Amino acid sequence: MSFIDQSFGISPQVLSLREQRFKMIAGNLANSDTPGYKAVDLQFEQVLARSNKDIAMKGTQPGHQGVLFNNSSSLAKTMYRVPTQPTIDGNTVESSIEHSEFMKNAIRYQASLGFLDSRIQGLRKALRSE
Amino acid sequence: MSLFSVFDTAGSALSAQSIRLNTISSNLANLDTVASSPEEAYKARYPVFSAVLDGMNNNASAVRVDRIAEGTAPPKRELMPSHPMADADGFIYSADISAVDEMANMLSASRSYQSNVEAMNTTKQMLLQTLNLGK
Repeated sequence: MSFIDQSFGISPQVLSLREQRFKMIAGNLANSDTPGYKAVDLQFEQVLARSNKDIAMKGTQPGHQGVLFNNSSSLAKTMYRVPTQPTIDGNTVESSIEHSEFMKNAIRYQASLGFLDSRIQGLRKALRSE
Repeated sequence: MSLFSVFDTAGSALSAQSIRLNTISSNLANLDTVASSPEEAYKARYPVFSAVLDGMNNNASAVRVDRIAEGTAPPKRELMPSHPMADADGFIYSADISAVDEMANMLSASRSYQSNVEAMNTTKQMLLQTLNLGK
């Protein structure tokens, strides 16, 4: 079982992080007219870089939060977006930026799905008795 | 499938924006409503949006309409002694609503509505593709 898990590589984790990012950007888009709302985003590249090094993050104390991929939300860093244009009501959502980020995220999500799909196809081929 | 919650988020925005469109249409419809006293005059309605924060990581998970606020601008007073609604001094009162402001507001609301629908559509595609994984 663990062999199959391993053979999927990082793609499942990437997908779950992308999903989180979808949620965040959707939250930004939903609040594009809320006064004082500050747009947030996930520092995705940092999380990925960290996870590339070594997936396991050791908890040395009983109170430590989970390992990166068991509880990725607690370690993925949320940052506020820096607005390019100030608004009177203090809202920092710029829908053009949110849109492009949403689309970028969608394309990368699709890419990860594609990788995962080809892994599954490969495994199937290997398992077939021909 | 945490992607499903994107639908809740975008859906809350759709309903908030439609409430906004509703108040705008009410304001526009009552642009010329007159009354015999400043108290009776129509007051512009504006929805107050607020972000619903996710308890876990403090990110916005939705938007909601806190309340519908009434405009604070004093009603316009016009001298029209011949008007059937005129008061003893010959004045009629109407809400001080700017049609241009309301139209701009309406455009903003419809743009926001559109962008949330788009987010929902993209998410739907992603979900469908995920379901087709490995087929």
